[in-house]
Amino acid sequence: MSLRAASKRRGGNPAGLLRFARNDVIAAVLLILASPAVADSNLPPAYWANRQLPNARQEAQAQALMEQLRCLVCQGQSIADSDAELAGDMRDLVRRRIAAGEKPSAIRSWLIQRYGTWISYRPTDEPAAWPLWLTPLALLLAGAWLIRRRIKLKASH
Amino acid sequence: MSRGLRLIPLILLLFLLSGLAWRLIKPADTAVPSQMVEREVPPFALPPALPGEPGLTAADLASGKPHLLNIFASWCIPCASEGKVLQELQRRGVTVDGIAIRDTPEALAAFLARNGDPYQRIGSDRQSDTQIALGSSGVPETFVIDAHGVIRRQYIGALNDSNIPGVLREIEEVR
Amino acid sequence: MIAETGLAALWLAAGLAAYQFLLMILALRTDIGVTRPMRAVAVTQGGLTLLAFAMLLLVFARSDMSVALVFENSNSAKPFIYKVAGAWGNHEGSMLMWVTILAIAGAFVALFSRRTGERTLTAALGSQAVLALGFYAFLLVASNPFARLFPAPPDGQGLNPLLQDPGLAFHPPTLYLGYVGLSVAFSFAVGALLTGEVDARLARAMRPWVLGAWILLTLGITAGSYWAYYELGWGGYWFWDPVENASLMPWLAATALLHSINVLAARGTLKAWTMMLAVIAFSMSMVGTFLVRSGILTSVHAFAIDPQRGTFLLVLLAIYVGAAFVLFAVRGASLKEGAPFELVSRESGLVINNLLLSVILGIVFLGTLYPLFVEALSGEKLSVGAPYFNAVAGPLALLLAIMVGIGPLLSWRRERRPVFGQLKIPALIGASALVMTILAAPAMHILPRLGFTVAAFLVAASILPLVGRNPLRAPLATWGMVVAHFGIAVALTGMAANAAFSSERLAIAKPGEILTVGPWQVQLESVTPTAGKNWTANEAELHASRGEGVISLAPETRYYSDPPTETNESAIRTFWDGQLYTVVGKQDASGAWQLRLWWKPFVTLIWAGGALIAIGGALALLGRLLPYFRRRRAPEWRRRYA
Repeated sequence: MSLRAASKRRGGNPAGLLRFARNDVIAAVLLILASPAVADSNLPPAYWANRQLPNARQEAQAQALMEQLRCLVCQGQSIADSDAELAGDMRDLVRRRIAAGEKPSAIRSWLIQRYGTWISYRPTDEPAAWPLWLTPLALLLAGAWLIRRRIKLKASH
Repeated sequence: MSRGLRLIPLILLLFLLSGLAWRLIKPADTAVPSQMVEREVPPFALPPALPGEPGLTAADLASGKPHLLNIFASWCIPCASEGKVLQELQRRGVTVDGIAIRDTPEALAAFLARNGDPYQRIGSDRQSDTQIALGSSGVPETFVIDAHGVIRRQYIGALNDSNIPGVLREIEEVR
Repeated sequence: MIAETGLAALWLAAGLAAYQFLLMILALRTDIGVTRPMRAVAVTQGGLTLLAFAMLLLVFARSDMSVALVFENSNSAKPFIYKVAGAWGNHEGSMLMWVTILAIAGAFVALFSRRTGERTLTAALGSQAVLALGFYAFLLVASNPFARLFPAPPDGQGLNPLLQDPGLAFHPPTLYLGYVGLSVAFSFAVGALLTGEVDARLARAMRPWVLGAWILLTLGITAGSYWAYYELGWGGYWFWDPVENASLMPWLAATALLHSINVLAARGTLKAWTMMLAVIAFSMSMVGTFLVRSGILTSVHAFAIDPQRGTFLLVLLAIYVGAAFVLFAVRGASLKEGAPFELVSRESGLVINNLLLSVILGIVFLGTLYPLFVEALSGEKLSVGAPYFNAVAGPLALLLAIMVGIGPLLSWRRERRPVFGQLKIPALIGASALVMTILAAPAMHILPRLGFTVAAFLVAASILPLVGRNPLRAPLATWGMVVAHFGIAVALTGMAANAAFSSERLAIAKPGEILTVGPWQVQLESVTPTAGKNWTANEAELHASRGEGVISLAPETRYYSDPPTETNESAIRTFWDGQLYTVVGKQDASGAWQLRLWWKPFVTLIWAGGALIAIGGALALLGRLLPYFRRRRAPEWRRRYA
């Protein structure tokens, strides 16, 4: 597990392969099933897809939002670290809107209106997501109750 | 530890197994459907995708008759097979409009020459902005839009011949 | 011939496993002493399976294309080491590796376990054999690694260069040794529940096995995280991806088990908890393997989408875990618990520690499977990702880290010394760290800020057990504990530093342009096309400097033709205070290149901490095993047992 110097070539990007190979496999399967394909256009990425906003605070807001938005055409990645074109277009959209002064929560809601809560990696406050927030508390309480007889709360003498 | 408590892991396991078995039997559908169905087409104004032809705006889709809005691209392989189906629908009186995603006029012209041009209007969406505004997540997709500009149905994937009767029926219903 | 030998060995081993099962039933129902035959059969079974695995390695090493698996996954042009690693880089081969480790572990338990009661040992070996039996059935019926191909094709399909990476090749064996190593704990627990002999002696017998598996899991997860960091090209090291979670859950359970075993060994209590944790740890291994192989969860890491295989694994999971849970429900009544613990005692500290670990495990489990359950019950699709896990598990992990600092200082039974006095200095150090972060970085997020605080506290608190005594005379087990807990603090510092101080620069630059990232000035000199054996690439030359001297980095975007893929080869330079991480992307219409640059201060502490945790475990394991080996040399021992 050596931390190697930059000049060494690395022997491959297996995780990238898995992503691309799955895309190839899925593209092939999808061709047969006639669902949307994940081929690539030849146009360059959108302007703000791979550029940071000049205002550092806005860029930080945009970055935080991008890490919460799910890529529509990937196997479980946020749009912040996906190489897919649509992810790049969405990053451009996020940055443009934040630069224009829109709040991240508004952009997120707008996208949820289009794609449903699936697109938000941060669970929303809808009832379907309440168990996610309540369960940790319930587990702690249940655990505390289970161990209550294991620990004497009054010090013995 | 009481008997009741000791049964809890077993009960949880049964829930887990049911869930996993369900997922095996009914595999996940990776398509992300649009949530804009039954909502008005969001305002947009796209420049023409081909020189000399008209572009596409949201107002065009609320013109008093139903439209079929086809999201496609020349670089999209399944879209090629859709051309014939869309032409057939156009022949039967359906107004077909298109939005070309991340496309260039030359590639688009070549694509239409190869696969047919059923489109009344084609808007050029170079950065997927309108695609995202519609809640579409890939190409090809087709939306059935009624006479008042409300999206009534989304088809994900290329249309084929078996879709034709269904599409025609829906167009009639929303007339 | 070789393949057939392997297959025959596998069948024989399966037969022996079935025999072991029968022996176990015999031992439990009657008074017949079957320990010696059971040991012998277990060792033979292990040997046969090892032979089968060796045969598989051999056919891969020789590129024998008449074996279907070799054809599908290998090629004569592959470098030798990847030919061999290809044996387990596929479903059938990795399942054979899984069952080999199961059988060998059983063999080792048979050879080396002298401390356990004979009936329990027999039951444990029987349980281990039953575990192996299910996987033998899976292999022989549904995933035969030795299937032949007629006629034998001239060469194989498996020449994908992207799979020829040392990380990808050796990550599975490490993790598997960890996952499957936990089966020994499972078997011991099942055996002890069957015979009713759950006691301190059992805990001492189980401990080295749990420690060994846990060390390997720690290493596997740490190495996997670093590998994802440098391969994926976006600077992240943990994504809460379902497959990553599948490796974390057994680790969390194993950590809790490790500490629970210590209580059982020292005080003979927490019997039910320890047995339950032992069962859960291996169950999590099985759930993990199911999730990864069945394709039911979307993940960049998932391989082998095959619902049929998933079904088989689900059935095995249901049988094994179900049987163990039923056994626990039925026999658990006989596990009499002792008197309650004093509030301030090591036992209580460990109970709270286990509670926190279990809650974190529950959260990771829930978050990973929640979308599936919501969709099953309501049809709605929602996503649970990093924002949820970080928000919920993060604070609990910090709480746990504080307990890690306090617990080791407490005595067994009751802490009478003013231990909280001892903690004054670490608390002060923690508080100063907090103040420093507030002064130096007022805009820092609360979680990294608390991370620094707790890490500073733990750095000081973790070494306290060695303070006030001669460090050289402290037992190895204590050193192990100190090093591992210190490693937690180190890793936590790295994570906080990465979250708080990373600088990122994304830009489109033309050659000659200079970009700033953190304290660095990075100039894009040129981008030149290069080529390798089976790839072409655009290689960027970057010159970077932060005052003293210029270094160069050469990130690439590589294009392979067979299959057509594109990868980013990041260029990373490591310094004592951080890493400069560079990636070059595509060229845009104007001839400028996409660049992604990061300066990540102290990020390497994350994996250094992970390594320290594993080293601490190894020291503790050594500490437990050395006296055992010394005893074996002693003349009386040899007279008694040899």
